[in-house]
Amino acid sequence: MDILPILTTLRRHKVTALLVILEVALTCAIVCNAVFLVSQRLQRMDMPSGVAEHELVQVQAVGIGRQVNGKARAQEDLAQLRQIPGVTGAALVNQVPFTNSSWNSSVKLDPTQKQATLNATTYFGENLLQTFGTKLLEGRYFNAGDYLEFDEVQRDLKLRPQVVVITRELGQRLWPGVSALGKTIYMGEDPVRVVGVVDGLIRPSLFNGDASAQWTIVFPLRMSASSANRYVLRTAPGERERVIAGAVAKLKAVDSRRVITDKKTLDEIRREFFQNDRSMAGLLVGVCIALLAVTALGIVGLGSFWVAQRRRSIGVRRALGATRANILHYFQTENFLLATIGIALGMVLAYGINLFLMLHYELPRLPAAYFPVGAIVLWLIGQAAVLGPALRAAAVPPVVATRSV
Amino acid sequence: MFGYYIDLAWRSLKRNKVLTALMVIAIAVGIGASMTTLTVMHLLSGDPVPTRSGTLFYPQVDPDPSPATNHQPYDVMDYRSALDLWSAHRADRQAMVTSSQLRLTAPQVNLPPLMAQMLSTTSDFFPMFDVPFRYGGGWTAQDDENHARVAVISSDLNNKLFNGANSVGRTLRLKDADVRIIGVLAPWRPSPQFYDVAGGRFSNGDTAGFYSKPEDVFVPFQSSLEINAGGFQPFTCWSMPDPAHLQNAPCVWVALWVQLNSAAKVGSYRRYVADYAAQQKALGRFVHADNTQLRSLMAWLDFNQVVPSDVRLQTWLAFAFLLICLFNTVGLLLAKFLRRAGEIGVRRALGASRAAVFAQCLVEAGLIGLLGGAGGLLLTLFGLWLVRSQPVEYADLVHLDTTMFLATFVLAITASLLAGVLPALRASRMVPSLQLKTL
Repeated sequence: MDILPILTTLRRHKVTALLVILEVALTCAIVCNAVFLVSQRLQRMDMPSGVAEHELVQVQAVGIGRQVNGKARAQEDLAQLRQIPGVTGAALVNQVPFTNSSWNSSVKLDPTQKQATLNATTYFGENLLQTFGTKLLEGRYFNAGDYLEFDEVQRDLKLRPQVVVITRELGQRLWPGVSALGKTIYMGEDPVRVVGVVDGLIRPSLFNGDASAQWTIVFPLRMSASSANRYVLRTAPGERERVIAGAVAKLKAVDSRRVITDKKTLDEIRREFFQNDRSMAGLLVGVCIALLAVTALGIVGLGSFWVAQRRRSIGVRRALGATRANILHYFQTENFLLATIGIALGMVLAYGINLFLMLHYELPRLPAAYFPVGAIVLWLIGQAAVLGPALRAAAVPPVVATRSV
Repeated sequence: MFGYYIDLAWRSLKRNKVLTALMVIAIAVGIGASMTTLTVMHLLSGDPVPTRSGTLFYPQVDPDPSPATNHQPYDVMDYRSALDLWSAHRADRQAMVTSSQLRLTAPQVNLPPLMAQMLSTTSDFFPMFDVPFRYGGGWTAQDDENHARVAVISSDLNNKLFNGANSVGRTLRLKDADVRIIGVLAPWRPSPQFYDVAGGRFSNGDTAGFYSKPEDVFVPFQSSLEINAGGFQPFTCWSMPDPAHLQNAPCVWVALWVQLNSAAKVGSYRRYVADYAAQQKALGRFVHADNTQLRSLMAWLDFNQVVPSDVRLQTWLAFAFLLICLFNTVGLLLAKFLRRAGEIGVRRALGASRAAVFAQCLVEAGLIGLLGGAGGLLLTLFGLWLVRSQPVEYADLVHLDTTMFLATFVLAITASLLAGVLPALRASRMVPSLQLKTL
């Protein structure tokens, strides 16, 4: 196929050719970035939590008025909750993954440090790790002697927990390349020793960015009904709804005046947490499809116009011996040329938009794989869109050449 | 002449229905997408107190004694600083605000207890923010001082508990305390719920929560501290707090708003806040005395980037989409006009000037814009309906107002005229004799 005659023809249709090129370029740039955004959102929605998500439910019960004996009330509640058939674990905790409300503390490696090393989330609650179903990698969970009453720690400055369990990622961040087990960190002035490392336990709120999602410390503190209200129960996935109903009934039976403010499975809590990401991903997919469709329609429209405009010259070419295949290939090559220029321009633009997004939305760099894939998709769409007009061009009979010249 | 052009344009549009439909759809889809996002932007980035936002200011001080890590003071204040600045009454009006959750019941109303959001504030809150009342009114400075057990309730809560009847004088039970209702608000839905805005810079753009509804119950500050003791959540703390007594805790949790009616007052209040911080440093309570701020309401909203980043991204996307739709329309219009080269040649030969041909082509483009605008309006209404069905806090705010209704058509016609300029120019530049020869 000779490209030179096509270039000569295109030079006589600069504006229309330029329009196709620009449309392809913009579409290419936007679709590449939009698909990348979608993949980022999907990846975010898959963020591991480190807990047995399909087996957990949370019931939040807000105590009323003054809680006279929060400690006794918590023990009674938990004893009642453990009696529900199918419940394999129950804990009263200060916070739960994906609930967007978190307790955090700054961490130092040296008590004389002026600036804290980092900010980590702090989980409290007896049997929290066992109930959550985290995976222990090194060391141990807390034993009975480690636990302190949260309410007493609040009142008495001399009472401080001595040991903590942290996540693998936090350990690697604090002591890169070595085991965190047995190391000491400082919460303000107070030293605590790491006795266990779990594979993961996500923080409830990602306010510090997704990179710090796993910076978590678990303390051996026992919560009371006056300092915490999130009851977490573990059960088989099929039993969750029944267990929630049972838990609400039990908690109401212990104290009929309290209000159940929340009762959900952790799967539901996770779905709500990523709701924004999901709807944004859906929207972006819709925009991509609409953009590709609009571009295809534009190519069909201009293609038809060109074919109609060159009807006579096509007839002449056919009369001079060009086959139908020649004419078909002519329009296909023309479209390929325009699409290629558009794609090349689009790649540069895509890179520019990505730089802008990196600056304003803290997005990573667009992976190189997007460029060839984007190019192939646009080439295919261009070829599909031009096929109809090209076939019509190929169907122009040579006899047209003899008419009204 | 204009009427004639419209007639011509209409005939031309009817001649090639597929091409016309393609152009109208392209414009409609582009307009629909951009107007939907623009309407949401318009609603979210508006002025929540249009009558006096220029006179509202948000002072900040830095009570955190730890060595400087933040260049910005905390988003809210500790109780002592807020109370000191408030009781000095140096501004034209001032109000402390903090929000908490508590159990609410209404005696003699047969409804289960509910968890309600309570705003603890002071008497100036209502006149300062132009809060509209349906029944009754706010409380007085005297009530603040006497720790009066009174409350103002939202119109939503009044509808829920009392079916919208005048409930002034009736009693509510908040946790274990009885309060007397002295005012019922008319529907009030500032966008964003500006007086609670804080912490936007820590939200990673996920700021939809700033557009939630105002609280259900408004109670004098000191009374609320007694009623809901232990129920307040700190914004953050710099060392371990006692959650039952936030008043003396090393925590920030109270916001202060002031109204300053003139530029001179703004200047002197700014100095006053700085002096206060210096004095507290002398007393040994503050370490970073120079770290004070006095932002205007709109500057504070900007600082918190209240418009969710997803909404901004969507707006960018929609306008890029409109741009592509326009390129498409330019191409199609060009095809359409140039195909009519013969007809235009005849008109030129019969004496039509270039300007006349240009005008005629633009009228045709404008007509396409009008049709596209009508289609775009339907798509915008559909898009807004989609936004409303999303589980976001601002869903109930989303509607098409007159400005945006008109903007739809202005944008559609402007866009199509812009798209029409180049094709119309090309059409009017055609040499008539060449075209006539080929007829």
